[in-house]
Order: sequence, then C-alpha cells, then structure tokens
Amino acid sequence: MVERRPDLRPAHQINLLMRCVQSARQVAHTCLTPAYMSVITDTRIRQKIPLWRDERALKAVAQIVSAIIIIGFLYWGISNFLTITEQRGMPLTYQFLKEPAGFPVAESYIAYEPTMSFGRAFTVGLVNTLVVSVSGIVLATLLGLIVGLARLSSNWLVNRTALAFIEFHRNIPLLVLLFLWYFGVFTRLPRVKESIILAGPVYINQRGIYLIWLRLTETGGVFLAFALVGVMLSITAWMVLRRIRETHGRETYFGGVSLAILILIPFIGWFVSGGEPFQPNEPVLQGFNFQGGLRLSPEFAALLIGLTTYTAAFIAEVFRAGILAVRKGQIEAARALGLKNNQVLSLIILPQALRVVIPPLISQYLNLTKNSSLALTIGYQELFAVGKITINQAGRAVPVFLMVMATYLVISLLTSLILNIYNRRVQFIEK
Amino acid sequence: MSRKLLSVILVFTFLFAAFVPSALAQETGYGTILTRVLERGKVVCGIHTELLGFGYLDANGRNVGFDIDLCRAVAAAVLGDPEAIEPVPLTAADRGPALQTGEVDLITRNMTWTSKRDAEWGNFTWIVFYDGQGFLVRADEGIQTLQDMDGASVCVTTGTTTEKNLATSFADAGLTYEAVTFEETSAVYGAYEEGRCDVATSDKSQLAAVRAGFENPDDHVILDITISKEPLTPAVPSGDDQWFDIVKVVMWALINAEDYGVTSANVEEMKASEDATIRMLLGVEGDWGNVQLGLGADALANAIAAVGNYGEIYNRYFGEGGLAFVFPRGLNELWSNGGLIYAPPIK
Amino acid sequence: MSDASEILAPPSPPGFYEWLRKNLFSNWFNALLTIFSLVFLYLALVNVIRWMFFTADWRPVTGSPLLFLIGQYPRDQLWRPGLSLLICALLIGMSWGVWERYVKAFAIFLGILLGVLALIPLETPTITLVVRAVFLVCPFLIFGGFWVGRRSGVQGRHVTTLWLIAAIFILLVLLPGLSSIPALPVVPTTAWGGLLVTLLLAIGGIVLSFPIGVLLALGRRSSLPVVKLFSILFIEVVRGVPLVTILFMFSIILTLFMPAESRIDRILRALMAMVFFSAAYTAENVRGGLQAIPEGQVEAAKALGLSGLQITSFIVLPQALRLVIPNIVGQFISLFKDTTLVIIVGINDLLGIGNAVLNLQPDFVRLQMEVYLFITAIFWVFSYFMSYASLELEKALGVGER
Repeated sequence: MVERRPDLRPAHQINLLMRCVQSARQVAHTCLTPAYMSVITDTRIRQKIPLWRDERALKAVAQIVSAIIIIGFLYWGISNFLTITEQRGMPLTYQFLKEPAGFPVAESYIAYEPTMSFGRAFTVGLVNTLVVSVSGIVLATLLGLIVGLARLSSNWLVNRTALAFIEFHRNIPLLVLLFLWYFGVFTRLPRVKESIILAGPVYINQRGIYLIWLRLTETGGVFLAFALVGVMLSITAWMVLRRIRETHGRETYFGGVSLAILILIPFIGWFVSGGEPFQPNEPVLQGFNFQGGLRLSPEFAALLIGLTTYTAAFIAEVFRAGILAVRKGQIEAARALGLKNNQVLSLIILPQALRVVIPPLISQYLNLTKNSSLALTIGYQELFAVGKITINQAGRAVPVFLMVMATYLVISLLTSLILNIYNRRVQFIEK
Repeated sequence: MSRKLLSVILVFTFLFAAFVPSALAQETGYGTILTRVLERGKVVCGIHTELLGFGYLDANGRNVGFDIDLCRAVAAAVLGDPEAIEPVPLTAADRGPALQTGEVDLITRNMTWTSKRDAEWGNFTWIVFYDGQGFLVRADEGIQTLQDMDGASVCVTTGTTTEKNLATSFADAGLTYEAVTFEETSAVYGAYEEGRCDVATSDKSQLAAVRAGFENPDDHVILDITISKEPLTPAVPSGDDQWFDIVKVVMWALINAEDYGVTSANVEEMKASEDATIRMLLGVEGDWGNVQLGLGADALANAIAAVGNYGEIYNRYFGEGGLAFVFPRGLNELWSNGGLIYAPPIK
Repeated sequence: MSDASEILAPPSPPGFYEWLRKNLFSNWFNALLTIFSLVFLYLALVNVIRWMFFTADWRPVTGSPLLFLIGQYPRDQLWRPGLSLLICALLIGMSWGVWERYVKAFAIFLGILLGVLALIPLETPTITLVVRAVFLVCPFLIFGGFWVGRRSGVQGRHVTTLWLIAAIFILLVLLPGLSSIPALPVVPTTAWGGLLVTLLLAIGGIVLSFPIGVLLALGRRSSLPVVKLFSILFIEVVRGVPLVTILFMFSIILTLFMPAESRIDRILRALMAMVFFSAAYTAENVRGGLQAIPEGQVEAAKALGLSGLQITSFIVLPQALRLVIPNIVGQFISLFKDTTLVIIVGINDLLGIGNAVLNLQPDFVRLQMEVYLFITAIFWVFSYFMSYASLELEKALGVGER
C-alpha cells in the first residue's frame, strides 16, 4: 500500500491534498485512493524533524522575532520622542498639573474656579464625563426598551414610527445629530424673559431647564447622614433576611422590614435635625439668568438627549433581537396559563431576553461613554474637551494625552468588568 | 479567498508606498527651509479655512483672506508665483506641533504672538495686525461696561488665548459669568445669535465680521472695552535664521510699499521713481538685504505686484466694499497716520 | 369532500378597512396609540415642510455644490474628479449587473440623483455646462455598466478586480497626480475635501484595516503567548478609548514620535488612525466568526495532514469570514459615519467643508441648520443603502436562521 512518490515535490503534495480537502464530500472516494494515501503517509514526514522545521523551535523563534519587532518599534518611537522633547525643553513630567489652569469650565459638579489647578480641571472633566455617561446609559436603556417594544407592536403605525426612529438614528453620524439637537432645538427655545413656565414651577428657555429643587439648611447634613444610614441598613436587612428565608424557608417579611427601616431612620433624622433640613429653592430671574433651583444646561441636555436617542436606536435593535430569541412556545404557554400581556412581558419575556441582550448592551454602554467625547463640539466640557484645552494652555501634548487615554481606558475596562460579572450571574448555569 | 486577501494586501502596500515618501526626514538649520521651498516649488503655509476675512474659502474652493495674501506674498517673493502655495488647514491645537515639527514653512493663521508661544513653538516674524479682545452684545440689553455683564452668559471659543483673557478680566473685576465654550467659531456666533448667550467675546475683528453677517447688524454693538492685546503675527519654525529673515523682509516690504505709495498697479513705473528709497525697495538700486538672504533682486517687487501693499491687502478684505467685512483700520493704520504699523527702514 | 374546495380556496385579501381595523385599531389602547402617533406625525411633518420650503435659506448649499463634493480640488483640474466619477459610475453599473439586488437600489438612486443634479437650475457660476454634462452622462454609464455586467461572461471577481484597479488608478495616479507627468500636476491632499475625503477615509479605512484585523484576530487565538498578549493588548486598548483620542494621537502626537522634522501627509495620518481603530473592531468581529467554526473541522483538517497555516487559510478563515460579513458591513457603516470626527483634527471632510461654507459670506454664519441638515441627508442616504445591502446579504447567507 505504502508507495513512495519521491517524484512529487512537497508543494505538489500539498496541492494534491488541497484538491482532496476542497472536495470534502468526495473524501471517501478520492482521498483514500493510493495516490493520495501515498502522499499522506510519505515517509519523509516521519523522519526526524530538522531544527528549522521543528514546530516548537519555529514558534519560539516567531515569538522572539515579533517581540523584538514590536519592542524595537516602541523603543524607536520613544527614543525619538525623548530626543525631541529634550531639544525643545518639553519634559515629560506632570508638574504642570499643580499650576493654575486659568480657563473656565462651563459646568462642574465639584467646586471649580479658573484659579484652581489643571489637575482640578481634569477632575471636573472626568466627573462631567461620568455624569453624562451614567445618565445617558440609564435613559438610553429605557428609551431603547420602549422603542424595541414599539418595533414589535402589532399596531402598524407605532411599529413603523419605531422603525423610522431606528433607521434615522442608525444612519446619521452622532456628531451631526448633536449639532441638530443643540442648534435645532435647544438654542431655539424661547428667550429667558419669555420662558415657558410649567407647573412646578419649571422654567424652560434657551439657557436651560430650571426646576424647583431643595436646598440644605444648616442642619441638612444631619438629615442626609441619617438618610444614608437608613438606606444602607435597609439594603443590608433586605439581603440578610432574604438569605435567611432562602436557606431556612422561614418567612422573614424582608420586604416590609426593610421598607420600615428605610422610612423610620430618615424620619428620626428629620426630628433630630430640627424639623427643617431643607428649604425649597425656587429658580428666580436675576439679571441675565435664572438663579437657584436645579438647572439642566442646554449643552448638557442636548448631549444627553443626543447620546440617548442615538444609543437607544441601537439598544432597541438589541432588545428586539433578545425578545425574538425567546421561543414563541413560551409566550403561548404563558398565555395559556392565563397571564396578562404585561405579565407575559415582565415575567416571561424580559427575564429571558435579558440573558441574550446583556453582552451587546455592554458594548453599547461602552460606546455611549466613549461617544460622550464628542461633547466638545456643542460646548459641554468633559474629559476630552478639558484635556484638549489643557494641551493648548499648558503646551504639554503628550502627558495630557496619555492621561486622557488612560482615563478612558480605565473607565471602559471597569465598566466592562462590572457588567461582565453581572452577566455571568444572570446567565443560565448549565449543569 | 486567499487571492482576494492577497490583492487587498497589495493595495495596502501600494497606498502606503504612495503616501509615505513625504515622510522622509528633513534637515534643520540655516538655509534648509529655503532650499526645501525652492526644491518643492511651493511654500507650505499653515492657514485657517473657516475664518472670514483672514483665511476662508471662496465659492470655488480657493483659499482667500488677509492671512492667505501674506502667504502668497512670501511665495511671490521666493518663487515668483503667488499661486505657488500649499495651504495646510490647521486647528488651534495643531499650530504648535506643526511649527515644532517643521510640517509647515510658515504659519499665517490669525495667531497671537505670546511670550510662551515664542519660547515653545517657533519664531514670530513681524506683527501684521493689531487686534484686541472685545465684546459683542445686543443693543437693547443696555450693556456698556464690564460691570454690566455680571452674571451674564458668555460665548467663547475654546483652546485659544480668548477664554483665558475672559477668565482673568472677569476675576479681576470680581464678576461672575457663565462660560459657554465651543470648538468652532461658527458655533460660538450661532449660539450667540440664537440668544444662548448675552455676550460673545473674541478678537474685535472677528466680532465685526460676525456682526456684519447678522440679519439685523444694528441690533448688536461691539463694546469699546478691549481686554487684551492680540498682535497677530506670522511665525516660522525655529532654527533657520535665513527663512526667519526672509519672511520678515517680505512683511516689511509690504508695509514700506504703502509708506512710499507703491501699489500693485504702479509697481513697474515706480521702478523708475525719482525717490532712491523706492528704487532700493524694488530692487533696482543695489542690494539692501534681500539678495544676501538668497532672494532675487526683484523679489520684493514681485510680492508687491502680486498681492499689493499692506493697505491694499487690508482694504481688499476689510475696507469699504471689501470682500469680507468692514473693519476700521484703527491701530492698523501706518505709523505716519497715527497707527502702529511700522517697518524698519530700507538702508 | 365537498368542503375541500373551501379549505383550499385562498383567503380573500383583506380590504382597506379590514387592514385598518386589524393593524391600527385592534383594541382601545392601540387606537389611542394610533391617534397619538397620527397627531404627532402631522405636527412634525407640517413644521418640517414649512421650514424646509419657506423659512430655510439654502444658499450655502446651492451656491457651492462642488465644494461639498470635492472640497478645494483645483477647479482647473476638474476633469480628474470628473473622470473618476465616470469610472465609478460605470463600475457601479457593472456591480448592479453582477450582484443584482445588493447594488440595484443604490445604482438607480445614484443615476436619478446625478441626472437631477445635471438638470436642476442653480444660480451658481461654479457648475458649468461641462460639469452638468458629466453628471448627465453618469446615469447612461450606470445603465451601460448594468448592461455589460448582466452578460453571462462577466463575473463577480472580474468586477472586483476592476474596482481594485480603478481604486489604485484613481487614488494613486489620477487624483494626486505625478510630478513626472506634466498632464497630471500634483494636487496635494490638503486640497482634497468634502465627500471625496469622507469616502476615501471610509473606504480606505475598511479595506486597509481588514487584513490587519484578520491578523489580529488570528493573533488573539494564537498559541504563541507573546503574539497573543500583544494582540489582546492592542485590541483592548484601542477599543477602550474614543476614536477622537486616536485621531488626535495620530495627527499631533505621532509627529512628535517620528524622527525630528519628518512629514507625513495629513490625510494619511487620519487614515492611519481610522485603520488603527477599525482594525481592533474588525478583529473582534472576525474572532466571533472564528469561534463559530466547530473544533471538529480543525481536527479533521489536522488529520488530513494540513499544516497550521493551511488549516487557517483554507478551512477556518473562509468560513469564519463568510459568517461575519454582515457585522463587517455594519462596522463599515459606523466607520463611514465616524469619518466626521476628522474635523476635530482639521481635515475638511464633508462636515469640515460644511463649516467652511458657513464662513463663505458674512450672512451664512447663521445658516447652520440648513448646512447640517444637508450633510445629514448625504450621510443618511449612503448609510441607508449600505445597511440595505447588508440586510439583503444577511438574508442570502441565512445568518439569522441558524
């Protein structure tokens, strides 16, 4: 059977084999013919392998070579960079972070003045990024769920409207969408003196949306502390009591108990703080702008809504796919059990769909966070915008840049880590 | 599949092969930029494409503006052809690195000369436009002074000296304000016109440009307050004194030409002028510096013939009936007319 | 058997009222939704139409259409982009002939659009008779291409090859010019702009990032720890940061890492950033496809004595790539949209030209909505046809049905 074919060069042998593999259906007929078998069992293959064809040696060499190339390239770039920075007197240090920034940041959730340091400005930008990302994620999930359900609605018009919403957003650049929201809607609201006044009072004008809000009085801190303790205690109670019920099967009334704690402790705090921890803080027109109250600036609002609607269009498709993945039989079975439509949705469909949608949702959340870096074009100053201004004002392109990229990287990695842990918890455990 | 992959990789290699030759290392030092410019046959200028009056596009996509004409003047002097320019649009953040790496031969992009930029970025040649930061407000708001702006919303471009000046002047006066900052100048004025801000702040020339474009220009006023000095200056990379001098000499020639009444129209007849200084300027009476720097004897005459003298360039864009908008010369009058525009003598 | 005919009779098509009742007013909640949506749609449409035809001032768009198409490309060299357009029209027609339904809608749309552009009266000196003539020829070229492409001798790979040749010719010879040919003076890429640059960045980005992405995906599954580590590092770092930061890195920081005083073309820098960014996402998409290939196939191939390289290139990759085509198209769409970000690094793509047009004349500055909406429309049309083709492809491959 073993017939040596020294007349065939290795390349020719491979060709023969390839023909054999390509016509996989005929394997039994063609590949087992003596001509092919002779190739496969060529004795040369069984000979002792020389070093240059030894797979392990080759792999080791490949690794060393690739490592040398990559590290060499990095070394080349970095050494170039160091020479250049040395020549121009731009050292790679972070001393400038302590220097006064000198530029204003439009919105900050922590105290900031232009006299504060570049480091502080950077933190302000980071907080702004986090605020817009987190609120965007929450809103986009809700809106995405609604649009995704609307897309599956049996009402033709609702279904088509949802489709139009999705197609519109999926096919235009986010940057343009942000421009349209900001310049098309938010700056075209009425002027300050002609504000739309809604019950509440809520004032809407081109300087933002102003809501009545609470202002802490002197003793407000005491109340807040109590409230915080109350929330933490009630969560602990809920988890502990629920675990007891799960393990011992004893009714522990965990819902009622934790609710009672949640109400009672802040209530005590209310009295301890002297009965008036808050005062209503109503927005009042003073000079050019409203002062007081809670304000949503047009820049923030436009960015938030732009990010939300854009991401919601993608999330809607994710949810739709997830819901369609729930087998129809399950829904029919649930209906047969007498569950109502909304019960079918919330008890049967969504919990199962959730398992399918979480991985793509994670990537949408990450996209939203990264996309918030476009805010600088419509005047909301987050991480990237502050970084870019810092580069201009402090003239330290590389250090600032490394900081900005590293921060985004950390945010992304942390988010995906947390969500992946959650993902692992909700997945079916296959036994 | 493999054949497709192979062809894709081929395209890849080709594309890089086509673009990368410009990545050849360049030398620095005395005389290198002029050699490069002569070899290339083009002057590479860092410019603006979105700033009406200074550097913008016309409907045919041609670069026009005050700054562009300065670049054309240099090209006309060095290469004899005002069209021999390669305009590179730069963002505000790009300007420093573009000079430091020598990517451009010259930046004429509405750039303020500051001490730090001079130290870090490159060599600033000669101040060609004296500007200052001002405020644009609605006429019916009754704003006159800085104090009247307490608590106002102010629209400003980010990443420039403008927003820093704003912060400083308001802090010094003990005033509060809400900064609304944008990357694009069009966004700043769009937001202001819609009423998002009570005040827009920028260089006064820019405010004048914007005001002229509003639906009802008379509803808006530019306040008399000036909170900063903005000397706009063309700059060149450090390390090549010859090129630095060449650009300076061209700027001087434009100013001196106005001083002596030489225009693009009469430059030929002026070569026979009775005034020796004019003949010296136009290179028909010995060498007064430019030939020594590697330019032709008629280089400066070419520059003037191509774009006109300083006053002509100014009026082309900012004069009555000019291409862009009307901006009174003020500080940009010649020194002899009470302004600050002044060039060293030809001697 | 008397009722057999009744069973077999097709149900009569529902009447209009029947359809309304079933799809819009099946219960009170649906009826409410319907009425609410109708009111909303009516108000939105009326306002939009009123604005479009009465309030809006479209001069920035109508006054300089060529700027949006090719940016600052010298007007005395217009024949070069014109010739490129004609070549592309012919090839689009041929693609329509070969790949029928994927390209059909786009080809027809493009033909009509160019025809309209050629004939629409615009009060602008920039569109000359010659330009109009070029536009007018395009629909006929598309149809001619279709006619050629339908002939049985012409196959997909012929058209692909032609596209490749055309791309190389147009992008490397025709548009940039060669200093050695006097008829083709060099046009620096800084003068390119508008839709031309947007398409160049998008197509260049996806085509060039594809091989790198495939290599990275293979690298990530490699048994060599060093290669694997570097691949994972690259993919995760690039995917963890926004595209703007990468663009910014390439446009500003890269020059600082190169030997002193070296120059790299600005558009190439942006393109490199696009490729860099897109490669990481391609890698993840391809990895998804690779994971879907059953291990048994690899084992079978090994049993047949194929080497690792052969298994990858002849067994695993072809199948994996076919699986992920829809994802790659989706990624291409998002890359196409992401090209707008290059304005942040000062390249005049479509959006950048839009910003320049706003500064064309003093009274254009406030016409932002008009310009941005026009740009939105262009992006929307291109993206829509791509996602349409992708859906068709998905159906043809039956990816969703496994």
